[in-house]
Amino acid sequence: MTTADTTDRPAAVPGAVAAPVASRGQRFTGAAANYIDERTSISGAVRELGRKVFPDHWSFMLGEVALYSFVVILLTGTFLTFFYDPSMTEVEYDGSYVPLKGLEMSAAMASSLDISFDVRGGLLMRQVHHWAALLFVASIGLHMLRVFFTGAFRKPREINWVIGFVLFILAMAEGFTGYSLPDDLLSGNGLRIIDGMVKGLPLIGTWISWLLFDGEFPGTAVIPRLFTLHILLLPAILVAALGVHMLLLIINKHTQFAGPGRTNENVVGIPIMPTFAAKGGGFFFIVFGILTLMGAFFTINPIWAYGPYDPSPVSAGTQPDWYIGFADGALRLVPPGLEFVLFDRTFSFNIILPVIVLTGFIALIAVYPFIEAWVTGDKREHHIAERPRNSPTRTSIGAAGITFYMVLFVAASSDLIATHFGLSIEGVIHTMQALFFIGPVAAFFLTKRICLGLQKKDREIALHGIESGRIVRLPGGEYIEVHEQLDDYERWRLVSYLDYKPLMIRPDHRGRITLAQRARAAVSSWFFEDRISPPTTTEVERQHAGQH
Amino acid sequence: MAQHDTGETPAVAGSAVEKSEPRRDHPGTAVEVSDAFVNPGLPPHRPRVTDLDPKKDAQAERRVYTLFYISIIGSVLAIAAYGAFPLEEGNMSSVRMNNAFLGLGIALGLLGIGVGAVYWAKTLMRGDEIVELRHPTRGTDTTRARAVEVFTLGNEESGIGRRTLIRNTLIGALIATPLPAIVLFRDLGPTSDPVEALETTLWEKNVRLVQDPTGAPIRASDLTLGSVVHVIPEGLNELAHKLEEKAKAAVLLMRLKPEDLNELPERESWSYEGIVAYSKICTHVGCPVALYEQQTHHLLCPCHQSTFDVTNHCEVIFGPAKRPLPQLPITVDADGYLIAQSGFHEPVGPSYWERS
Repeated sequence: MTTADTTDRPAAVPGAVAAPVASRGQRFTGAAANYIDERTSISGAVRELGRKVFPDHWSFMLGEVALYSFVVILLTGTFLTFFYDPSMTEVEYDGSYVPLKGLEMSAAMASSLDISFDVRGGLLMRQVHHWAALLFVASIGLHMLRVFFTGAFRKPREINWVIGFVLFILAMAEGFTGYSLPDDLLSGNGLRIIDGMVKGLPLIGTWISWLLFDGEFPGTAVIPRLFTLHILLLPAILVAALGVHMLLLIINKHTQFAGPGRTNENVVGIPIMPTFAAKGGGFFFIVFGILTLMGAFFTINPIWAYGPYDPSPVSAGTQPDWYIGFADGALRLVPPGLEFVLFDRTFSFNIILPVIVLTGFIALIAVYPFIEAWVTGDKREHHIAERPRNSPTRTSIGAAGITFYMVLFVAASSDLIATHFGLSIEGVIHTMQALFFIGPVAAFFLTKRICLGLQKKDREIALHGIESGRIVRLPGGEYIEVHEQLDDYERWRLVSYLDYKPLMIRPDHRGRITLAQRARAAVSSWFFEDRISPPTTTEVERQHAGQH
Repeated sequence: MAQHDTGETPAVAGSAVEKSEPRRDHPGTAVEVSDAFVNPGLPPHRPRVTDLDPKKDAQAERRVYTLFYISIIGSVLAIAAYGAFPLEEGNMSSVRMNNAFLGLGIALGLLGIGVGAVYWAKTLMRGDEIVELRHPTRGTDTTRARAVEVFTLGNEESGIGRRTLIRNTLIGALIATPLPAIVLFRDLGPTSDPVEALETTLWEKNVRLVQDPTGAPIRASDLTLGSVVHVIPEGLNELAHKLEEKAKAAVLLMRLKPEDLNELPERESWSYEGIVAYSKICTHVGCPVALYEQQTHHLLCPCHQSTFDVTNHCEVIFGPAKRPLPQLPITVDADGYLIAQSGFHEPVGPSYWERS
């Protein structure tokens, strides 16, 4: 690999001519490198990773955004801990924000206000921290969608999908705990809802709430406890999981999109040193810079406008941060009357049911790679990111999942939709309840039709070329439109995709057909029965033979 | 890392696509055809304008270092803004100025580096892509054989497979040892019974209804028709743990026309001349039911839109809540102030398992 550097470098690179005598700077760098290597053998890592190739595609940036916004969160969050006081002791506010002066509030709220109004740059750091957290969750979500829709979770990356999923859950948990820390009216209501949900769980709910809040809600324990979770336990797990995620990324190497010259056995792209390092490192600064601009000019979570937590008042249109919305929406869409007393105990299915639905939905996301691997039975490694259209059923499942999530997410704003569009709240809720069932199914079929249509169009273009708009009269008087054939590179993009056929049920070695195999065959035919095969060379030859 | 890269090659147009390993895993139900298209190899590299034109190359270089200069200026500006825009008490615009200019300077410092580095990479660093071979993720057969050997040696030398009692007791010990940690968390909460706490509020016989948050008592005759008052029990503001008590004791007081009220027979004495008091804590998950619609006499919870009908003893007419809001029996004392006849007759707030 080290020898390759002499061969892979184009002959004429400006400034590449090595000076015969090393300059002072070079001598220093050499000596420093030698000093470190003799104590760490770091040259091995540089040799392994220094010229590692990264494929380039805009969608690969989403995971980077998540990583970089996490770094921003760590930096700004550390600053905030120097000023924040995680205590629910009641104090009288005596800071610079006049409208709240003299009001009783927790030390947590008072110190959050002090960060905003009495620490120079404190408001900036608070807002950058909050924006970065929102971007962190959003970019993880989009990154997961990219991985899902391109099939980048397939072997050998199933484990990394699960780790990424854990990171997503941790990011939401970090978000919620952090959101609660200022102990303002809005976040206090969020905790109140958590308390009510926990209490609704059968058997253990009351006690879990009792332990969580050290007695009755709100108590004086929950904020310091959430603070420990927010800055110690969750970040520690998150950093560890992130490390494994990155390590597996290096071991598995990045996927690349199908294209001429790109195969399942190679990686085509730019080397870490120097191009990817410059692009990735530069992109970190761009993400940080944009987040700083957002913190400087866009207000987020104005706790001074909400005021301190008080269990009695609440403003209309209360909403959680967006990533908790889907859970809140699930609570809102529950049909009425799902609570009953049996054997002297209360069964709150208006809480249990949404918890089950949400858990099921989230669990399905986590295990999807294993389901698809079971259906296809494909044990090969896959390093080519697929175009979503070329895996119509998976893409449709994804679209159905997005629709499901979006219905819940939109339902969390049901009251705002009703007031903004002059609708009745009942009408909005009932519509969302209907969409909860109809939406995903409709999205599934619609997406499938679109994917199959796109695949047919691709096939058509690969076989017949593109309509040139040029009408030619043949000697016999016949008019034809000339089709321009694609060149090999363009065609390869359209024809290089994997094709699976439904599983044929065959008896096993004992001559039996197991139930598992029947199930697998059923799912397999649902997945692949209306597949569209990629065109073959034979078809193209036949096509040409038929035309002329 | 077990896998070593054998080398990297520049991505040359039409380069042969190499197959590295003869090993083949089962393709499952994948269709493999013999007449599939053949990968045509990489398309020819298209040089960038900076590769061809030295002037453009020099221009790009100038742009990159200019951006880095801008970054330095931004960082200096940020430091200057820290001093130039102090925070003044009660002056919101000083906060805004400090926030905006500090942020602007820092952002300039960051974006200068970021945009400069990316532009540098895109225009001046090597522009063609290079090819690296992948290797199967699994270790080579020799590596795996050695790994198996290591485990076999470990097993033989320790005897963990043979000495079953040692193995099983160790597993048992490892399972048992984290158990004390679970017990240790018991004292996260107090030793008292949660159910008892959930069933009691500050309300009891003759406790005055006072306004939240002023604590002023309420004379029944001062309540106009259609008015709504947020109420707490007298003495709550003086308590040490007032938020916990308020989270259970918050009450809404409304005056309706007595003929609009459709009261349950056993509760007819709970209201006073059309004045009714209901718990403000939603029976769904505990948000304050703070929105009162005067015309329809509906109470709406802003969190999940459970709607309660005040005229019909606050039964649920819409939303996820199941139980009506608990009613507080009220009357007036000798001075005409509203007082509670008793505490609530049922636990307030969200449902819980032990509630019957």
